[in-house]
Amino acid sequence: MSILVTPDTRVLIQGITGSFGARHARLSLDYGTKVVAGVTPGKGGQLFENQVPIFDTVDQAVRETGATVSAVFVPPPFAADAILEGVDAGLDLVVAITEGIPVIDMMRVKEAMKSSKTRLIGPNCPGLVTPGTGEKSHGGCRIGIAPGYIHKKGSVGVVSRSGTLTYEAVWQLTTRGYGQSTCVGIGGDPINGTSHLDVLKMFNEDPETEAIIMIGEIGGSAEEEAAAWAAQHCKKPIAGFIAGSTAPEGRRMGHAGAIVSGGQGTAEGKIAAFRAAGIEIAETPSDMADALIRRIKR
Amino acid sequence: MNIHEFQARELFAEFGVATQPGKVAHSPEEAEKVALGLSGDRLVIKAQIHAGGRGKGTFKSGFKGGVHLCNTPTEAKDLASKMLGQILVTHQTGPDGKEVGKIFVGEAVDIARELYFAILIDRATSVPVVIASTEGGVDIETVAEKSPERILRVPVNPFLGLMPYQTRIIASSLGLTGPLMNQASKLFFNLYRLFTERDCSMVEVNPLVVTNDGHVLALDAKFNFDDNALYRQPSIVAMRDVTEEDQREVEASKHGLNYIGLDGNIACLVNGAGLAMATMDIIQHAGGSPANFLDVGGGATREQVASAFRIILADKSVKGILVNIFGGIMDCDVIAHGIVEAAKETGLAIPLVVRLEGNNVEAGKKTLAESGLKLEGAENILDAARRIVAAVNVNA
Repeated sequence: MSILVTPDTRVLIQGITGSFGARHARLSLDYGTKVVAGVTPGKGGQLFENQVPIFDTVDQAVRETGATVSAVFVPPPFAADAILEGVDAGLDLVVAITEGIPVIDMMRVKEAMKSSKTRLIGPNCPGLVTPGTGEKSHGGCRIGIAPGYIHKKGSVGVVSRSGTLTYEAVWQLTTRGYGQSTCVGIGGDPINGTSHLDVLKMFNEDPETEAIIMIGEIGGSAEEEAAAWAAQHCKKPIAGFIAGSTAPEGRRMGHAGAIVSGGQGTAEGKIAAFRAAGIEIAETPSDMADALIRRIKR
Repeated sequence: MNIHEFQARELFAEFGVATQPGKVAHSPEEAEKVALGLSGDRLVIKAQIHAGGRGKGTFKSGFKGGVHLCNTPTEAKDLASKMLGQILVTHQTGPDGKEVGKIFVGEAVDIARELYFAILIDRATSVPVVIASTEGGVDIETVAEKSPERILRVPVNPFLGLMPYQTRIIASSLGLTGPLMNQASKLFFNLYRLFTERDCSMVEVNPLVVTNDGHVLALDAKFNFDDNALYRQPSIVAMRDVTEEDQREVEASKHGLNYIGLDGNIACLVNGAGLAMATMDIIQHAGGSPANFLDVGGGATREQVASAFRIILADKSVKGILVNIFGGIMDCDVIAHGIVEAAKETGLAIPLVVRLEGNNVEAGKKTLAESGLKLEGAENILDAARRIVAAVNVNA
């Protein structure tokens, strides 16, 4: 097993006809992911790339194709609405790739989702990948914008806020012969649907996942919370990396959520929390897979 | 995005948040005119720059203090002439200081009590939180550390907004009773409305004051706006003062690049915010000092890479460049061509180390090797960082 999605997961893409959505829908199809529907209001009845039916609403797409997961590639002003449309249609999982959604919109989305069964990942995230068994992990489930070919099917779970740091970790694992169960990018915004801790709990329960890489960055306290939980409850070896130890206080480092303010959310504090929880620290981003291997052999 | 104090007061006026009367002035004559229109017998004159610590700052002319009290419009004019066009240095401006182009002229108030009131978005609970304290006029972080019991936190339901009963609880906890409670309650309610309707990520009123003649006023305020929401806040965008910002950052944002200038001498150019932060860290880890944060984004074009080089090289303290690209979807060869073009166009004369990994990486490395440029390749990020630090040290 994997977490959240399997190679059989039926995926729909909101915003499939925009240039960004279309490009990544194409790449997911090439990877062998079951992209069964697209949604673009006003373009219902058309086909994407002569094979994927497009619907006007998520509700229609779900009823006619049995999609259970959505990837949102809708521009920021319309993204909150798109996420809630997926929630209303009863999807299991909505993955919001969109970067730049106003934080007040996300606050309302989270409040509105409190009584729903849908899980949200993101926004401002690279999405998630459960690698397949084919060549270069072909045949897996790729939702979002991660490069599929760098993965390899296996038993390491990866969770991170950042896209490129996830790819670094995955590539280091793959080139050392360690495959991945599922790789989850939870996104760089201050308010997101799924936290490090949520993913850690899922990895802990997943029989296929045997070890975990957790990548964090400055801002907020989600990494500290995950580490505190891991110290008490996680049965599996974890290696961790935190980005941003040289970031100046009070400045947002690219990600809307990556900011140290009032002495809170520092890399130093997060690294200390990781160490206290027995998480093996990767000293540099080149050391992520090796740190996990050290931890496994410890 | 940040705004000036006088702009914060304009927002207060628009939303019915009580504050002291006053206006902005751009010349000594205008300052006198504003002062003539105010009542009360004392005036306050404040330099308008984004940095804090104005009161304790010093002008390069030798004139002390960016905040002054006076009694007559003529004195206001005289003070304005000593501030306008002069460079004010405070502990937040750095040694270069900031030129003062505007001043605020207001009615001075006699303060009976100084309180603290702020609204921000709490990441852990994903809702707005009001923070109030009887300890106003001082640094709230110090209060939080030394006497956390003096800080009240009130979470707000994002759909209901700040309820009237909550404003009364806050007022009461601040010791605001009788007619003061009604004034404070209204001020809090309107400030929350301003917070949500203008997409703020933080509003901090410090101090919130009670005057000797029985008024509750927001005396000074710091606003932060959510950059993601600026597309729907034209009136806030109109308040942007680019002269207050780092010009390299302004230039970078025009090209869709995310750049933040730092104090070091090794520049970096990276794709992805997390990797860009990690690259700064690894430069330090290898014994160097990063000159900037620069994320060229996931789909960087040749033009963007070229602009990134120009911005990096405009910083004269830069003695070497580290390019770190993990081309997942992006074609490494396209990036390599962008680097070569930019390096040639800018006549690059300082060490350059390039670490490329990912899609079509062999072609990319070949392009770099055949470019005739003096650059070093690297096996991984740590190797790249060590190489650029060594190259910069040799030249030093």
